[in-house]
Amino acid sequence: MDPILPDIQLIAILPEIILALLACGLFVAESFIQREKKEQLGYYAIGALALTLLSTIPLWGKEISTFSGMVVLDSYALFFKTALILISAIIILMSFEYVKIERINLGEYYGVILFATVGMMLMPSANDLLSFYLSLELMSMSLYVLVAFMRKDPKSVESGIKYFLTGVLASGIILYGIAFLYGTSGTTNLGEISVFIKTQEIGSSPSLIMAFILMITGFGFKIAAVPFHMWAPDVYEGAPTPVTAFLSSGSKVAAFSVMLRVFINSFDLNSGSWWQILWIIAVMTMTLGNLVALTQTKLKRMLAYSSIAHAGYLLMGLIAASQIGYAGIMIYLVGYAFMTLGAFTVIVLLCRKNHRGDQISDLAGVARTNPFVGLTFILFALSLIGIPPTAGFVGKLFLFNAAIQGGFYWLAIIGVLNSTVSLYYYFRVVRVMYMDEPAEDLALSFSPGMKIALGFTAGMTLLLGLYPEPIIRAAIDSVKIFL
Amino acid sequence: MLTAFFFYFAFATVVSSIFTIGFRSPVYCTLALLSTFLHVAGLFVLLHAEFIAAIQIIVYVGAVLVLYLFILMLLDLKSNESFMHKQVWWAVFFGIVIIVEILIGLFKSPIMGKMPVPVSAEEAIGNTQAIGLALFNKYLLPFEVVGLILLGAVIGAMVLAKKVPLKQKAVSAKVE
Repeated sequence: MDPILPDIQLIAILPEIILALLACGLFVAESFIQREKKEQLGYYAIGALALTLLSTIPLWGKEISTFSGMVVLDSYALFFKTALILISAIIILMSFEYVKIERINLGEYYGVILFATVGMMLMPSANDLLSFYLSLELMSMSLYVLVAFMRKDPKSVESGIKYFLTGVLASGIILYGIAFLYGTSGTTNLGEISVFIKTQEIGSSPSLIMAFILMITGFGFKIAAVPFHMWAPDVYEGAPTPVTAFLSSGSKVAAFSVMLRVFINSFDLNSGSWWQILWIIAVMTMTLGNLVALTQTKLKRMLAYSSIAHAGYLLMGLIAASQIGYAGIMIYLVGYAFMTLGAFTVIVLLCRKNHRGDQISDLAGVARTNPFVGLTFILFALSLIGIPPTAGFVGKLFLFNAAIQGGFYWLAIIGVLNSTVSLYYYFRVVRVMYMDEPAEDLALSFSPGMKIALGFTAGMTLLLGLYPEPIIRAAIDSVKIFL
Repeated sequence: MLTAFFFYFAFATVVSSIFTIGFRSPVYCTLALLSTFLHVAGLFVLLHAEFIAAIQIIVYVGAVLVLYLFILMLLDLKSNESFMHKQVWWAVFFGIVIIVEILIGLFKSPIMGKMPVPVSAEEAIGNTQAIGLALFNKYLLPFEVVGLILLGAVIGAMVLAKKVPLKQKAVSAKVE
């Protein structure tokens, strides 16, 4: 018999193809470059990301569903793809100095980051349980390697093992949920699942609820929501700092992007009582994240708990299940990515030879010797708390607004109270930066890449706060596909 | 007859997977895992997926598990601890609770009984060809992504296991 050739439009995954090929090229080139010149590969990786970004331009405004419905290309997917490319580029920029100081300047470092980026970029456009699961695995597999990359450092190896074990368990739980969903509906395509659930009117079937619980558990691990957050502080602390930044920005953005599509498209979140379980998780996540962050003395652990808390705020948009809520998640994710990347850039600055610099006390007096760094950190702290004129304020405004419009008053109140709590621990760091005496040997490891990363993240945090109209319009435009 | 075989394979799969996580000695675990894989292969045969059953045995039992066993023997792990984990009774308790919950959920679902009887896989064109066609038509993208995952995993494993070059070792020794 003649094989039937499938109708495949490769252009739908053009950016991913380009990036994957260039990443393979990087692995080949790696063996021809001397150890001292490995940073050339970093520039190569930046170039590859720039090329990928360029290749998304002809895709704007297109709506393609291809590979037998496995991937779709729409404005929602492109929104996240653009954000993820930028995040990945910032991560590489802040890695140049760090990998030299920690002596992990291997070319593979950049290649694995690019692989993780390919997986992340596929996630928002996955429209099938199978392609979503595999792109999630591509991202996670690369991140396991990156977390353990400082293989001479016991802490990094320990966190690598921890991340691997919890991550694999979470993937298994997601897979179990997928099995229930597939068993109920008989298809893995998200669109068909949604049609099936609506026509058969089995929204409250126990097997569906089970699928929902299992998948929310698995996703809870991936976005570090309480009570599935246990791995986050240890892993964030042990991993190389740029990788920690990647975990808390890139992997969270990608996981939320796919979560929205899976939950909104397949489960009918507007009906039934789905929101109850999400409500409990969101409140616990916000509160525990913020309260435990109060007592941390290590910068990376503090930011880990703050990142847990932010996952709680983001879940509010999913609970509200409205256009403004979904748009709020998108806006907040982008803003959150830039501000948290900026905060991590400041930590990377503290890292010197034989000095890890991850204690809050290491920041003592930094603002006196480097006023610019102090100012940018204040900006990031304001944004993380959600005070205007920053990106964090705009995102939180949308999320809280969505919660209130959806009638979830208590959720909004708890969210606002939590933001107030977070003011204390962010500004404790600011106080240390301004009030304490600087250490005598204080020197920040500045490099051109670091300056660009810091400037860009600070600029974006401010820009999204002062002139948020384009991103709001893009987000509201994109979530129309869900309604 | 088929039902009897199904229940045997299913029961043996569950029991041996419980042993896989319950045993203390890694070698016993691996052997229990082997039994799990073999019985799952039996289930595949019952579903007329002979090709997958063969792959299951060749790849998992033949290659992966043998590698595991080799590594375990090379490492020469000793364990003087008891036969089963200490928390085994906790695990049994929670396991039973969860299983009962899942079973109740499943039997209360409206889909039970409505499920179509699984059609034996594409008898007309043969197992292997059916899988090949599915892989390169409908499942082309997942297939390629799996390729990327494996490439990333291989490179990652090599990077993490690579020896530190001598020159660098000397430098780090001096620093310490």
